[in-house]
Amino acid sequence: MEMIKLTIDNKIVEVEKGTTILKAARKIGIDIPTLCYFELCDMKIENKPGGCRICVVEINGRKNLAPSCITEATEGMVVNTHNIRVLNARRTVVKLMISDHPFDCLVCAKSGNCELQTIATKFGIRDIPYKGEKSTYRKDTSPSIIRDIDKCIMCRRCEMMCNEVQTVGALSAVNRGFKSVVAPAFEMDLEKSPCTYCGQCVSVCPTGALTEVDHSNDVLRALSDSKKTVIVQTAPAVRAALGEEFGLEPGTSVTGKMVAALRRLGFKYVFDTNFAADLTIMEEGTELLGRLNRHLSGDSSVKLPMLTSCCPGWVNFFEHNFSDLLDIPSTAKSPQQMFGAIAKSYFADKIGVKRNDMVVVSIMPCLAKKYECQREEFKVDGNPDVDFSLSTRELAQFIKQANIDFLDLPDEDFDNPLGESSGAGVIFGNTGGVIEAACRTAYELHTGKTLEKVDFEALRGMDGIRSATIDFDGLPLNIGIAHGLANARILLNEVRAGKSNYHAIEIMACPGGCIGGGGQPFHHGNSELLKKRASVLYQEDTNKTLRKSHQNPHIIKLYEDFLGEPCGHKSHKLLHTKYFDKSDEVSIHE
Amino acid sequence: MVNKILSEDKKDDGIKLTKKDGAEIIKTLDKSEPLYKYASVEKEKVKVKLKLSEEKINKIKEICKLFDNEAGELINILHQTQHSLGYLPAEVQEVIAHALNVSSAHVYGVVTFYSYFTMIPKGRFPISVCTGTACYVRGAEKVLDEFKRQLGINMGETSVDGKFSLSCLRCVGACGLAPVVLVGEKVYGRVSPDGVKAILDAYKEV
Repeated sequence: MEMIKLTIDNKIVEVEKGTTILKAARKIGIDIPTLCYFELCDMKIENKPGGCRICVVEINGRKNLAPSCITEATEGMVVNTHNIRVLNARRTVVKLMISDHPFDCLVCAKSGNCELQTIATKFGIRDIPYKGEKSTYRKDTSPSIIRDIDKCIMCRRCEMMCNEVQTVGALSAVNRGFKSVVAPAFEMDLEKSPCTYCGQCVSVCPTGALTEVDHSNDVLRALSDSKKTVIVQTAPAVRAALGEEFGLEPGTSVTGKMVAALRRLGFKYVFDTNFAADLTIMEEGTELLGRLNRHLSGDSSVKLPMLTSCCPGWVNFFEHNFSDLLDIPSTAKSPQQMFGAIAKSYFADKIGVKRNDMVVVSIMPCLAKKYECQREEFKVDGNPDVDFSLSTRELAQFIKQANIDFLDLPDEDFDNPLGESSGAGVIFGNTGGVIEAACRTAYELHTGKTLEKVDFEALRGMDGIRSATIDFDGLPLNIGIAHGLANARILLNEVRAGKSNYHAIEIMACPGGCIGGGGQPFHHGNSELLKKRASVLYQEDTNKTLRKSHQNPHIIKLYEDFLGEPCGHKSHKLLHTKYFDKSDEVSIHE
Repeated sequence: MVNKILSEDKKDDGIKLTKKDGAEIIKTLDKSEPLYKYASVEKEKVKVKLKLSEEKINKIKEICKLFDNEAGELINILHQTQHSLGYLPAEVQEVIAHALNVSSAHVYGVVTFYSYFTMIPKGRFPISVCTGTACYVRGAEKVLDEFKRQLGINMGETSVDGKFSLSCLRCVGACGLAPVVLVGEKVYGRVSPDGVKAILDAYKEV
């Protein structure tokens, strides 16, 4: 590797040839401010259109200031990152940006988390001398995401996420100059576009241009209605990240405090989506074994590989893009929906509450879950199995609003019966976790032997596509894993072409899995943070005495008392779903 | 300009506006009805889903194939398609997006970036007023305004009967004839607002 030396702010730094000035500077602790630039280095995700010009620096011998994020360092280069010329240029750029930006920071959903706000504060901007026309655009509200394009600064991070990382292709920069916006094709509503609601655009948006639909007021209303029994379920990834919103070190597990907070917020029963994750494993694992056995006995009509179906962003993606393969995913509902279905049948009966008087709230790291719980097939006579889905961020907001000192809360336990879970349910939040959980159960059900080593290291990690062969007592099971929808597309194209030799594929829409979900606290490009969240879940799994879903006593009881057997008649009715061809919906509508 | 208006003198040819200092405003506005009563086809209203004929879809696919369905050839493909069909409505863009395996949003992004591409059908006689520097300083804007007034449509729009559409362009290389107007391929030189009616009349019975 060829190395070069350059001088940045009088410090000499040696870097590999091809390194940008920005990265060279960061190597020696000089943090040049950026806005459009974005990186999640471990995921190989990078946005550098060189558009915002916040990161300009002065290079000796060069007439114009250079954007450091896209300018390669060269041998002997002398760079100044903060002289008066550079600072004035940056200030002018920020002022020009703000001159075409609403001044409603006080009421903006992104206030406190806005990168434009942070930069304006950093530069001490006190006045905007540029007065003139402001670009305006209609607000677009979908079931999960709100687009308020007046706040867009055209950094195009969302476009990069939507097109390169997710290959969803819902967003693109359209029009020109002052009128340019990021929008779906033909400027249709997001709801009518092929958007999967994965929320990755929201998670990288530096301003309040893309935010989630906030349902906390609906939840508050339900909680203050004495006729309603309001119960809550929390997804695995929430406990791994919620603490960040309260200033805790990333990687701090806050399961106990979260339960305590929810109880203080007034939820009658605090349950765990992990319970439903265990239930998902029972159904999905049984379905996988069923398909495998049929395949092994020579049934050529059986569809393999089986794809996981827990992730609503992923479900939307294949309904839009792989509608010819709708019979391949597992028919098992996602844990959120399984929970809702069981809560409003089995549990409602148990406590003698009518379905319509029960409100099921879910706390999710995800924005697509908001859409998922509104899907028609998950309603009974118009009453949804899950009424409202809040993101991790909304929950944090909700807790702060209720004067709860989160850090001072004791650790409390989930309620029973829908609060008990195995370690397998916990790791659902990590990429590879669902299939690992499924393997633990499927192995024992298939072989009848005890699985001694429950940690499947081969299935873990952060590579976008991973594969492993698991020995099921002589039967080699080929497992594929993808996170990020671009990676999913690669595996699915193989399946479509008949070139896939996997028996089962786990797919999660978001990079890192649910821990990197669109509803999680903003990571601001810190991929270390995602790894720390992942380790929280693996640690929690290790700490559990129960590590396999089928050993969860409340799951066993649920089947004995109510469901009968996995993939049985009642299960099919309550816990399985079907998928819809949405390929034609990607089109303009009246 | 308008906020300085003090009095309105009604005259036969419209309203003459006088500034505070008494100087006459060069521009003469006319409140009379447009000559041709065409309602304009607004961009926003073109949302009715078109049904493309099999023949047209095949034509578009053929053009894409000509460029090996190469995503990098999108601009060339759009040029050819517009040349062949006259315009690039959403449905056409969807066919192209599908053939090139890119998103419709991407195709739409390119179509809306370049002013040459149009999503609404051009008129049978597309009128282009040159607003390049030479034409502009010789009064192209007044000529353009007169076209707008007479046709009752705005820039980038097409009359409902599909006869005329109005756009502007930058320089056709005939600056000596400024201001220049193109109707289809025909070039009109030294056009004044007064001459607009005569130009339109020539196509009235066609």
